[in-house]
Amino acid sequence: MADYNEYLASFDHAAYHEGEWQWQEGEFTVTRTTHWSPPGCHMGCGVLLYTKDNKLHKVEGDPLNSVASGKLCVRCLAMPEATNHPDRLKYPLKRAGQRGEDKWERISWDEALDTIAERVLSIKKDYGSECIVVVHGTGRNIGWQVPYFASACMQTPNVSTFGFGGFACYLPRMIGTSAKYGDMIIVDASQAHPNRYAAKDWQVPGVILIWGNEPIKSNADGFLGHWLVQCVQMGSKVICVDPRLTWWGVRSDYWLPVRPGTDAILAMAMLNVIVAEELYDHDFVDCWTYGFEVMAERVANKTPEWAEPLCEVSADKIRGAARLIATSSSCACQWGLAFEQQIAALGVTETVADIMAITANIDNPGGNSLFRCAYLIEKRYGLGDDYIDKDVYARKLIAPVSGINESRIVSCADSDAILACLETGEPYEIQMFWIQSSNALACASMDPARTYNALMKVPFIVVADPFMTPTAQALADIVLPVAMSCERNSCRTWWTPVRTMVKVTDYYEAKSDEWIVLQLGKRVKPEYWPWEDDKEFANWYLTDQLAPGGTLYQRTWKDTVENPGTDCCNGIEYWDWDATYHKYAKGMLRPDGEIGFNTPTKRIELWSFGYDRWGVDPLPFHVEPPESPLSTPQTFKDFPLVLSGGGRSFEFFHSEHRQLPTMREFHPDPLIMVNPSDCEKYGVKDGQWIWMENSRGARCKQKVKSTIEVLPGRVHAEHGWWFPEQDGAAPNYYGTYESNLNNMTQAFRTGQGGIGNPIKSMLCKIYPVQDSDVLPHDIIAKNGDFASYEPGQPYPYIEEPVVTTIN
Amino acid sequence: MNSILVNYEYCTGCRSCELACRNELGLTAGQSGIVITEVGPIEFNADIGLAGEPYDWVYMPVLTRACNLCETRSQQGKLPSCVQSCQAWCMYFGEPQKLVTKIDGKTRWALLGK
Repeated sequence: MADYNEYLASFDHAAYHEGEWQWQEGEFTVTRTTHWSPPGCHMGCGVLLYTKDNKLHKVEGDPLNSVASGKLCVRCLAMPEATNHPDRLKYPLKRAGQRGEDKWERISWDEALDTIAERVLSIKKDYGSECIVVVHGTGRNIGWQVPYFASACMQTPNVSTFGFGGFACYLPRMIGTSAKYGDMIIVDASQAHPNRYAAKDWQVPGVILIWGNEPIKSNADGFLGHWLVQCVQMGSKVICVDPRLTWWGVRSDYWLPVRPGTDAILAMAMLNVIVAEELYDHDFVDCWTYGFEVMAERVANKTPEWAEPLCEVSADKIRGAARLIATSSSCACQWGLAFEQQIAALGVTETVADIMAITANIDNPGGNSLFRCAYLIEKRYGLGDDYIDKDVYARKLIAPVSGINESRIVSCADSDAILACLETGEPYEIQMFWIQSSNALACASMDPARTYNALMKVPFIVVADPFMTPTAQALADIVLPVAMSCERNSCRTWWTPVRTMVKVTDYYEAKSDEWIVLQLGKRVKPEYWPWEDDKEFANWYLTDQLAPGGTLYQRTWKDTVENPGTDCCNGIEYWDWDATYHKYAKGMLRPDGEIGFNTPTKRIELWSFGYDRWGVDPLPFHVEPPESPLSTPQTFKDFPLVLSGGGRSFEFFHSEHRQLPTMREFHPDPLIMVNPSDCEKYGVKDGQWIWMENSRGARCKQKVKSTIEVLPGRVHAEHGWWFPEQDGAAPNYYGTYESNLNNMTQAFRTGQGGIGNPIKSMLCKIYPVQDSDVLPHDIIAKNGDFASYEPGQPYPYIEEPVVTTIN
Repeated sequence: MNSILVNYEYCTGCRSCELACRNELGLTAGQSGIVITEVGPIEFNADIGLAGEPYDWVYMPVLTRACNLCETRSQQGKLPSCVQSCQAWCMYFGEPQKLVTKIDGKTRWALLGK
């Protein structure tokens, strides 16, 4: 669709009840609102909910909501399968047998909340509130509610996602760009403008640089990947850096199938070309950057010919792609999770950030916008942490040596430090885990066997989720049933516009995340929980949040739900600030109102003071994966395939949606991509279940997809798989270990500054599954793990890496 | 008589059209008024004159006999459910004579109708 106005003219707006938020259509009540979790995802698309008799019957996209313009993915279109699913948790449950026996007893909410409150108060008194760990997942609408709950109810600094080390999800790109730019960059697909692709001051990106993700399947970080499909139809060229051939690679001018984990090598060579051929924007570099000369010196010998044998991309392609980036009208960099799921996380982040900076692709139309969450509503993680006693806060679990933790730019506790604390009992014994919307065993945990064994030591664990998950089944003492998106009154920004959700149905005794934290907050620390209900709580979040300073938003939750916003539909409101370009030149970024970026030098720091203060190399660098063809040549002989993990698909969000019949109809089994030549070489066939196994004997099984999407010598597997249809009791736990790629990843193996983890660059061998094979859950039940380890320590190296940092 | 024009160069194979249609028609598993087919990925070894990478990989929605071109929705002024939900923005609905004028001689298109 090259013309957005033509699209808007192609249907009758009255048929979609423009201006109304709720109406009757035959037997159904229709509600115009936003979907955001559960089930989870990173977006908040406009939906029309069709309900009758307190039940969701159908979901359509809302063509008048400019966030997704009526387009909707299969997960949302199948939402009634989730909300009406017979396996949903209906009531609070108390464990009736031993952990893992799958014996549960229904209890009342009062009993559940009173039991938890009593336990919390006694732990605070007897052990200190730092002995409570609060865990949340990602992509569920809990990013402000649960951190506030940790601070203002539990009063613990130990709040985090849990299970993955090195903060290996988005945070490295956030802190990396915060240090270098003073803000974060988001691809400009005109999402800040209410009239989207018809906006006058927007221009379509000259070239879209897709790097280390498949955005149409992942929709990561508040960005809808299909926006870029629209940009391509409006004329954007494509460069795709991805070991896999994807939709983008096929449609690109340059597909650069980089060796997994060596993106920084490729990026340094691109910088080399842009500097050596003087293709950079001289005015921008002179006026707005700091440290160009030392950066140029660092990359002076990083030629494409130097990079070719290291990153396995031809020098000609590197040169061509670099020239296209530098000479296009604009370059929009859609970078992805692969940046931090490698050990060179901060190195590749800073190198690609430098490419965007010296080509002046910062805060330009069709480039990379400096966004803040609309109306500064979502300011930071750690909301309310002033309610934690300073001595308690000082006992936050962070990595033992890390300038990043000391600088407090990262508010959450460190997952590896929590695991070490559990395994060693030092510096204290953790007494309680509160896990809200996280399925660590099936998904987030880089080592589910270690996570399981560590958490079994915790005396009291509460899990809140809409379904019984492997994590809840194996570990919980109390399970709380969580309401779905259409069953809650809530709101979000991330990034823009402001969006509200409104409750239209109930499901037995399932309660919203807001209701749960409010009720418990009122029992434990009533002075910090003055709100009557979820609507008041939402108003406070939207407009107040520990005023003075507050937020810049003026409308109430109810007003936003019911009335159209400025130039947009009911339930959303855009923010001019995000839609403004070149903010650095207009004095809009710095608290002092001066022109420039919000960094110490007021410039983009190509030599980064932030990195330097954190003890991280302030100039472009690469770190070779701990096991790779270069770093461990002996291991490579026996484990000759480079394994990347974390493949996304349209049907699932992380470990969610595995219960939904249509998602399993479309995608029944976990798939490992193997090149046809490797299928022949290693004796495996398309559709066959195979093991992938690493040097420490850890393995999991997935089904072969024989495809040229991966090059010979590389395989790519999916993440987050468990099987709700299987036995939930110990030791199977819904088959959570069977296809779990995270059997092979590991905690305590991070990059510079304690950031990044080599999840997407491992070595393995593959071979067919036999009926007589011992299954992973039996190995874990018998031996505890596939390999031995010292508590709080990484697995010992099988082979010491002979190549590490390259800079 | 209206038709659906597909600029299948850009179809991403997301299957939203299949499910939106299934919801609209009240069909069950395995059934829809529109089904996505996949061609590729193919790697071309000969020079086929492409400026970019020598690959192809496209999807194409096919109407089944269950498709009624969303007659009722269309009468109400709404988009057909498949066109409305199409994440790739590659489907158009209208009079075939008008639709075919979009065909640009560069990307690949198909007119679906009956």
